[in-house]
Amino acid sequence: MSIDLKTIKHISKLSRISVDEKRAEKLAGDLNSIFEFIEILNELKTENVEPLTSVAETTLKLRADKVKSKNLREQIIKNSPQENEDYFVVPKVIE
Amino acid sequence: MSDITKQSLSELVKNIKEKKISSIEVTKAFIERSEKSKELNVYVTEDFSAAIDKAKRFDENPNLDLKLPGIPMAVKDLFCTKNVKTTAGSKILNNFIPTYESTVTQNIWNEGAILLGKLNCDEFAMGSSNETSFFGCVQNPIDKDLVPGGSSGGSSSAVAAQLTPITIGTDTGGSIRQPASFTGIVGLKPTYGSCSRYGIVAFASSLDQAGPMAQNVRDCALLHEVISSYDEKDSTSIDFKRNNYVKELTNNIKGKKIGIPKEYRVDGMPKEIEDLWKKGIDYVKDCGAKIIDISLPHTNYALPTYYIVAPAEASSNLARYDGVKYGFRADGENLIDMYEKTRSEGFGAEVQRRIMIGTYVLSSGYYDAYYLKAQKVRKLIKNDFDEAYKKVDAILTPSTPSSAFKIGEKTNDPVSMYLNDIFTVPVNLAGLPGISIPAGHDAKGYPLGLQIIGKAFDEQNILNIAYAMEEKINFKNKITDWWIK
Repeated sequence: MSIDLKTIKHISKLSRISVDEKRAEKLAGDLNSIFEFIEILNELKTENVEPLTSVAETTLKLRADKVKSKNLREQIIKNSPQENEDYFVVPKVIE
Repeated sequence: MSDITKQSLSELVKNIKEKKISSIEVTKAFIERSEKSKELNVYVTEDFSAAIDKAKRFDENPNLDLKLPGIPMAVKDLFCTKNVKTTAGSKILNNFIPTYESTVTQNIWNEGAILLGKLNCDEFAMGSSNETSFFGCVQNPIDKDLVPGGSSGGSSSAVAAQLTPITIGTDTGGSIRQPASFTGIVGLKPTYGSCSRYGIVAFASSLDQAGPMAQNVRDCALLHEVISSYDEKDSTSIDFKRNNYVKELTNNIKGKKIGIPKEYRVDGMPKEIEDLWKKGIDYVKDCGAKIIDISLPHTNYALPTYYIVAPAEASSNLARYDGVKYGFRADGENLIDMYEKTRSEGFGAEVQRRIMIGTYVLSSGYYDAYYLKAQKVRKLIKNDFDEAYKKVDAILTPSTPSSAFKIGEKTNDPVSMYLNDIFTVPVNLAGLPGISIPAGHDAKGYPLGLQIIGKAFDEQNILNIAYAMEEKINFKNKITDWWIK
């Protein structure tokens, strides 16, 4: 299996990370060597194996859905790269 | 007292409790040494003046019943600290001020400790050498231009160089144990679910665990006792009865059955690692433990499994960094363009690589072949340990396949960098506790570590084995203070 530039462009779009030609070539090389290393898993027969999703063998606990923190609006908004009083600001979405 | 920074955590606690030294003396001593040690680049954020204020306040009204009374402590910059910048070693969080405190750090402050500052680490804890940090490499105090390991590289370097009496790191694939091994200190990765993940910047949620990094096993047990707690804010936190780890610490390990897995004798393993392992086996035998050969047949598949599971989880955890609510933002022509440029400029190369791997293995058409396959192999790896623990109480292995390497030596070859974690990754995949203790030196005088892996929730047992071995090994770290002019 080989990851070509077209695939890199596709993953880059899915990941929302823009990649120029030069970086795409470097990434293709890196990913190919990593996937070559991963291919060894195909040696194993796993048809009858249950996938392990969590090592913690407990059921999730339930708790009351209650607000416990104080109103932190001001501090939270302050972390935003662009704000307008009570709002997060993003580039225009609707023309 | 000029030798304050040379004291272990347990000694400092005792001296403060006996009123032989004050919190302010201790805090100032570590700050002074840190000021002289800028070349090591361990701090991302120093919080020294606040620390001095807190120490003064502690001394005015000291509560000496606490477990960490007035003890100053720096922590890995992956733990959210309320009102103190938390970067995760990334440009994308360069200006992030959390509005909340992680449970693990809160537990530490509740026992009287004082924040010194935030320690450098690989970006989002992705790395084995601290070289992926946006804030630059960290120097290993053992030798100039030597990596301190990673991802908790600022943490390991700070403890080894005595810039903090103890610290906490996080371990997703070896990020506490490998840097501990590279710097000649003790590092414990607790059982998954033992320490809350609340407020820790997420990398791979099914693998991440916080744990102590210390100068010796007793200190390590003490901090573990403080940080391990059930927390309803983390749905994977486990409600089990925690030990009084220090009180129950013993060097009596007579009759304990220690497994030696043959699969850990990997091809090309340096002879000095092999010899160290043999020496470790002799030490535990001397302590009256029994050695039993075991097999963990899927060991060889652990790293490839990890490099599917961890990036997959990372790609979804890191989807939140979009330049909208917090962190770095790049300008874009429209919303999508802004997202793509923000993530391209805000994340470093290794993080981008892992997000891409993760996105690929989760993408339509590849999910079954990679992600599901890896989850199944992960089950086989866990089964290996379950099977082994029917015969033994703990497992002894080397911590790393080599000693610390030079800065820049492995940065161009991701796979050779990943191989560093060959002995530590299986432990995370199986959710088990593991501890690395310094056990010897290589020909260059660099430290080498041994790892003891325990059954789930059996931290006490591996701490005891480590404690017994520590006494036999009598390890001395060779640090010359070369960075202090």
